[in-house]
Amino acid sequence: MIPMDINDLRGIQTLLVMIAFFGIVWWAYSSHRKKSNDEAANLPFDDDEIDQRTREQDKTEKKQ
Amino acid sequence: MRPNLSHPELTGKTMSTVNSNLTYNYKVVRQFTIMTVVWGIIGMSLGVLIAAQLVWPAANLDFAFTHFGRLRPLHTNAVIFGFGGSALFATSYYVVQRTCQARLFSDGLAAATFWGWQLVLVSAAITLPLGYTSTKEYAELEWPIDILITLVWVTYAVVFFGTITKRKTPHIYVANWFYGAFILTVAVLHIGNSLALPVSAFKSYSVYSGVTDAMIQWWYGHNAVGFFLTAGFLGMMYYFVPKQAGRPVYSYRLSIVHFWALIATYVWAGGHHLHYSALPDWAQTVGMVMSLILLAPSWGGMINGMMTLSGAWHKLRTDPILRFLVVSLSFYGMSTFEGPMMAIKTVNALSHNTDWTIGHVHSGALGWVAMITIGAVYHLVPKLWGIQAMYSTPLINLHFWLATVGTVLYIVAMWVNGIMQGLMWRAINDDGTLTYSFVEALEASTPGYFVRFLGGVIFLFGMLVMAYNVRMTIRQKDAVALDNQAVQPA
Repeated sequence: MIPMDINDLRGIQTLLVMIAFFGIVWWAYSSHRKKSNDEAANLPFDDDEIDQRTREQDKTEKKQ
Repeated sequence: MRPNLSHPELTGKTMSTVNSNLTYNYKVVRQFTIMTVVWGIIGMSLGVLIAAQLVWPAANLDFAFTHFGRLRPLHTNAVIFGFGGSALFATSYYVVQRTCQARLFSDGLAAATFWGWQLVLVSAAITLPLGYTSTKEYAELEWPIDILITLVWVTYAVVFFGTITKRKTPHIYVANWFYGAFILTVAVLHIGNSLALPVSAFKSYSVYSGVTDAMIQWWYGHNAVGFFLTAGFLGMMYYFVPKQAGRPVYSYRLSIVHFWALIATYVWAGGHHLHYSALPDWAQTVGMVMSLILLAPSWGGMINGMMTLSGAWHKLRTDPILRFLVVSLSFYGMSTFEGPMMAIKTVNALSHNTDWTIGHVHSGALGWVAMITIGAVYHLVPKLWGIQAMYSTPLINLHFWLATVGTVLYIVAMWVNGIMQGLMWRAINDDGTLTYSFVEALEASTPGYFVRFLGGVIFLFGMLVMAYNVRMTIRQKDAVALDNQAVQPA
């Protein structure tokens, strides 16, 4: 058996990081994520009602 | 109740009984937003003063506490932690509530972060001119203030992540990932870099020594840029650009890859601050290579922000707030191209210790960080004070041009100065002696210093226009209060 040294570990680490990166890309771009991604992307537009209520409450608090 | 018309498929969720009494904490957001403007003006005024001192040395006024060496760290602390920090607190508290549809974890703890952070900044404004400093760049504050920062930061993390755990939404919006990474990493950086042995109430020595100290310092220093001034502001970008453009981000899946690639790469790049130093050569090379790789996630994020406007480019013609946001992304793209280039050892051999570095920092700080903050503040102020729009859109437009012209003058002056200095310092006569003395290079830099001062004055003037516009907007709130719905009797 060939003895391993720290440089082999460095090489393995590079491979693992590459696998992790391509794994994230594969996961993020896979078709079953599409619905979740679309939902998440629309989150900034989904809470107007709470925003409106907050402003009204802030307004009435100021008047008192 | 007003039905949520924008996304009918999700209305059921927001109309649920759980949410029917929910309101957000806008008070702490308002406080931090005002202090963003205040610290911006203080920090940039200090910048203009020290820029003037480099043109007219007599402007140091001959007091120890007005000397360049004492005011320069106050300038950097006030703009990074005062202006940038307040903007990050304000927008992260706003965005985390709105995208999680949850009120802040604790109003009391949020208020504690506001007053605690202001106390940190006031302490900096007192101790730095008095000469109390640990001499670590962007971490000059002495150990008692470092402990206060740690307490405020842990409280901030509790409020932010506590709010995320309370969320009513199935997903954690990407902006919160960036804000979260910024909060966690800055905690690790601050504690790691500030480890010191106190010898008296206001004096401490770093636990690191020699080149290890330098490496820890620039691991911290570069990630102050990477996480404080980039990841946090990318969080801002991922909320305010889509919101102001009125459309979701161009590619959500790209934003996921952007996030992981950026945070995984940034932490390794700090070594490029120590090229040709006593730092081992392999560590310098790691810093250089990681900096070059960083171009990819940086530009991925920039493209994602820019392309959010595809199909809505016409809005740029009429909306100066959107213009601020988009031009900030252009400057981000420019400085994240310049950065990797300057991290290449041979380029760094020319640029290191010259004004080019200062120009690079300011194309990021003025062009990217300040402009996206200004855009976000103009977006936020009317919403937080419950009115339709800012007092004056022409004044926003004026500010936009002042900020752009000021930034361009600043960075062009520093490019010219920096490259000239680099070339003059390395020029060698046939007999091996230096062609120019240091003072000759300094003398040749004076016109550039004046143009830089001018750019700074113009940028600062824009900030004063903003302060006036914000003031007038808040004052007029009773006159044009947003009242498009009958107020229900309580």
